[in-house]
Amino acid sequence: MPEKHVAAAGELMQSAELAILDTPLTLTALEKCLLNEYQRGFPLCASPFAEIAEQQGVSEKDVIGTLQSLQQRGLVSRVGPVFAPQRAGASTLAALAVPDAELAQVADFVSRFEAVNHNYEREHHYNLWFVVTAADEAQVQQVLDCIEQQTGLPLLNLPLERSFFIDLGFPLWC
Amino acid sequence: MVLNAQDRELIAAIQGGLPLVAKPYAAIAAQLGLTERQVIARLQVLQAAGLIKRMGVVVRHRALGYRANAMVVWDIPDIEVERIGALLATETCVTLCYQRPRRLPEWRYNLFCMIHGRERNSVLRRLEQIVAFHGLEKIPHTVLFSGRSFKQRGAHYVESSKPPGQLRRSRGQKRSHG
Repeated sequence: MPEKHVAAAGELMQSAELAILDTPLTLTALEKCLLNEYQRGFPLCASPFAEIAEQQGVSEKDVIGTLQSLQQRGLVSRVGPVFAPQRAGASTLAALAVPDAELAQVADFVSRFEAVNHNYEREHHYNLWFVVTAADEAQVQQVLDCIEQQTGLPLLNLPLERSFFIDLGFPLWC
Repeated sequence: MVLNAQDRELIAAIQGGLPLVAKPYAAIAAQLGLTERQVIARLQVLQAAGLIKRMGVVVRHRALGYRANAMVVWDIPDIEVERIGALLATETCVTLCYQRPRRLPEWRYNLFCMIHGRERNSVLRRLEQIVAFHGLEKIPHTVLFSGRSFKQRGAHYVESSKPPGQLRRSRGQKRSHG
């Protein structure tokens, strides 16, 4: 793989992204640091927040309080493991082409399945996209069958065949 | 690696996130009747085995201002998909890169990647740069921007698939934008 080319395309874009940092969201230096630097490599030791505190020269109380605040404000969903898809269970990406007038209702029905964890509207003929995750493939299929039967809409089932992706977290301010 | 019953209990206890307390692994351990040391050791094993891809802060990118979310889907000749998939995966702004089956004639695309940005035009510019840089001009692709988010949370791998009740589709409902 041409490593040099790969790196350069990313760099080209950095200045453009930096120019649109004028978000109405105001974050402290510690908040930005926790959001950006600890998406991976969270310490696996008895007192992980104390270790982060030591690395950043703040108190353990500050780290825990800041993470609690970020979570309460809806900026952090959780602190913990991200599992590899289809390693801890079975999952698939599915799509439905829903008549516009019925989208909210069908989306709400799909969201009510515990096994559905992501459910988005997308701008396409296939306008509802959702991820179904369960303990095994039979349970995933059961959910898909139920959705197809109940909605009467043709469903695209697009299970993962191969991942090229190395999850390093979400690139903020890159 | 094969998950044992204890692993499943541990995953169930931890999939919603660690408690934000000074000794989070001890808290999980107490809940499961294990020792803190056992919990940490097992998480290390799950991480080394690649089952846990990363441990850390999981951000809500929409709330942080990254509202333009494009699923870019590509129709790549089968023999090229591995090379191009690996190439796209290395781009910093690409946050997922998966091969999925075509479903002809309805769906021709076999590679999916996600590009996030603060606004639509910056995402499209990035995509243009990626296409030009890697010489992908001849690869058919389309961009599906996300609209409303109806549900978003971490995956729950250990729970039931029971149906949530009946759907009664009613027609003529007005479309509302969220």
